[in-house]
Amino acid sequence: MNALIELRNVRKDFGGFTALDDISLTLSEDTASMSAVAGESGSGKTTLARILLGFIPPSRGEVVYRGKDLTRMSGAERRVFRREVQPVFQDPFDVFNPFYRVDHVLHMPLRRYRMASSAAEERAMIEDALSRVGLRPADTLGRYPHELSGGQRQRIMVARAVLLRPRIIVADEPVSMVDASLRATILDELRTLNRDLGISIVYITHDLTTAFQICDNILVLYKGEVAEAGSVENVIGSPKHPYTQLLVSSIPLPDLSQEWGALDVTQVEASGGSAAGSCNFAPRCPQAMDVCRSRKPPKFMPDAARLARCFLHESAPAVPGEDLAGVFRPPDPDGRETI
Amino acid sequence: MATANASSRSGAATAVLTVEDLSVHYDTHAGPAKAADRVSFALQPGERLGLIGESGSGKTTVAMALMRLLRPPARIAGGKVTLDGRELLSLNEEDLRQARLRDIALVPQGAMSSLNPVMRVGDQIVDAIRAHSRGDNRNDISGRVAELLRSVGLDPAVAQRYPHELSGGMKQRAVMAISTCLAPKVIIADEPTSALDVVVQRQIMQTLGRLQDGLGAAVVLIGHDMGLIAQFSDTIGVMYAGKIVEIGPVRQIIEAPKHPYTRLLIDSIPGIKKKQKLRGIPGLPPRLVNLPECCSFHPRCPYAFGECKTVTPRQQEVAPDQRVACHLYPEHDRLPERPAATEVPA
Repeated sequence: MNALIELRNVRKDFGGFTALDDISLTLSEDTASMSAVAGESGSGKTTLARILLGFIPPSRGEVVYRGKDLTRMSGAERRVFRREVQPVFQDPFDVFNPFYRVDHVLHMPLRRYRMASSAAEERAMIEDALSRVGLRPADTLGRYPHELSGGQRQRIMVARAVLLRPRIIVADEPVSMVDASLRATILDELRTLNRDLGISIVYITHDLTTAFQICDNILVLYKGEVAEAGSVENVIGSPKHPYTQLLVSSIPLPDLSQEWGALDVTQVEASGGSAAGSCNFAPRCPQAMDVCRSRKPPKFMPDAARLARCFLHESAPAVPGEDLAGVFRPPDPDGRETI
Repeated sequence: MATANASSRSGAATAVLTVEDLSVHYDTHAGPAKAADRVSFALQPGERLGLIGESGSGKTTVAMALMRLLRPPARIAGGKVTLDGRELLSLNEEDLRQARLRDIALVPQGAMSSLNPVMRVGDQIVDAIRAHSRGDNRNDISGRVAELLRSVGLDPAVAQRYPHELSGGMKQRAVMAISTCLAPKVIIADEPTSALDVVVQRQIMQTLGRLQDGLGAAVVLIGHDMGLIAQFSDTIGVMYAGKIVEIGPVRQIIEAPKHPYTRLLIDSIPGIKKKQKLRGIPGLPPRLVNLPECCSFHPRCPYAFGECKTVTPRQQEVAPDQRVACHLYPEHDRLPERPAATEVPA
């Protein structure tokens, strides 16, 4: 597998607080994937996004893009990296300057990277990008941000990313501020971009339902470390780590046959970073054993496309190698069963 | 008419809150925007009503009207709200001030920014209590504060903390402690968990449920996530463009929705059993100053037919306690299969 981007043993400290630790992850160059990163507030998912985007350097470990360490790139290489790895942020309200028409955020990157040779080409590229995210250029261009809904604004941000023909889009909670009824449509568009344009997507979220529906694989973080990783069918469909089980049982579904919150949870809220010699989740874990408080659990592999960092699965083989993507399943070539 | 006599249906004698034909208009240059249009429902003590709708459907406007917290250009254009036998809309300022918190309390949207950042949490609770009962002695009150904090699952030591020292979930709990400090009869919770992750969301909703059971209070939960509303409520009211388009017991609404919009809201939350085509609701909610003629939902409705554009649908009872405003009834006894996809611009 040729690696497009690689995180190698990445750790990030903020002062004495470890926000992210022991993360190795490879996204393949050959197939465009859709991976989710899930976890609660403070789990390190946004830190992971910012490291992937090159916004912040890791405290330890390295980030390698197309074989080049980010910290050793030339200016030209860095420009390519900046163009090819694009963010979509959470808040579709704060990212716009209210005094500019929305066209501004679409023209700027094209000019910055000299992607169009004429005004007409620029216009054509923008119109193409807008229609790919389900917006009609005529209804969108020339408007001010306040004239558009949150969902429309977030689509413009996706269009802005697409314009630059990126290889990777890192979308950090892209729909958490959009009405539940409009989320599905925007996420479906991300999936289409992944398929049609071969863009790998890293979807950062705390919403496991949408992660299950649009992604191939998922990484569940707890206090900066991976708790469970693997295919969404395995991890969300039949979670093995008590933390993932808690997350899955907390999803409210419009289905009265599913009892919400069958699992009880101790009311310890996440605070502080990872503890040195124990499982991070042990203080909240209903199944914690003595060993969980005296040692950090290694990564076990209870089945082929999954790892769980939990002593409950001690009898399973250890994960070979560091790369978390080692337990990922290949993306579906043609999508999933549809109804 | 959207009245469908809520009071007689559930018995005005026992209802703690009765809303009849409540209308709220926002005066704009382009004419009045009808943010709430003849909204009616009744709440029994201990009942949980979920009001669901997209942004701009008028659900928060209804909440604000019930608290009488609307400010111009919003004005109550008509209707009657009876809270425990008293007409709320005609109370004078002082009676209203007394009624708020004691009889009807709000858990506001964005609890993060509802707390005073330069005041300890405990003092903010004391403040709320003292505004309603000046005579209480200090020790009683501090005992009360500890008890309130425990009732929302917080350590009483949190009383000494400032809001910035608390997590989002803890702040939301602190706000709930303030909202329930005088044992209100009705609690209005306006998207109380919108910025929180699923585990904390569930804990907060369970805490709200427990508090409510303890107080015997009725709750109006406002939100846009059908999953959350379905799991919490006894009754669901679906709002679209200022109107309640369907209201009924939760099981009937979830398992046999009658209004096409209700069906679409349910379908917009995909499950985790099986991968399916994601189905958002096409189009956007309409602008309230320029509503589509007759049924406001017809431009986005997969079932729309001629009459939807010419006649305004009235609320009718289609099943016990279930009312819907849609022309598919009474011809059909349930919502037919969804017609083949029609192109609706996003």
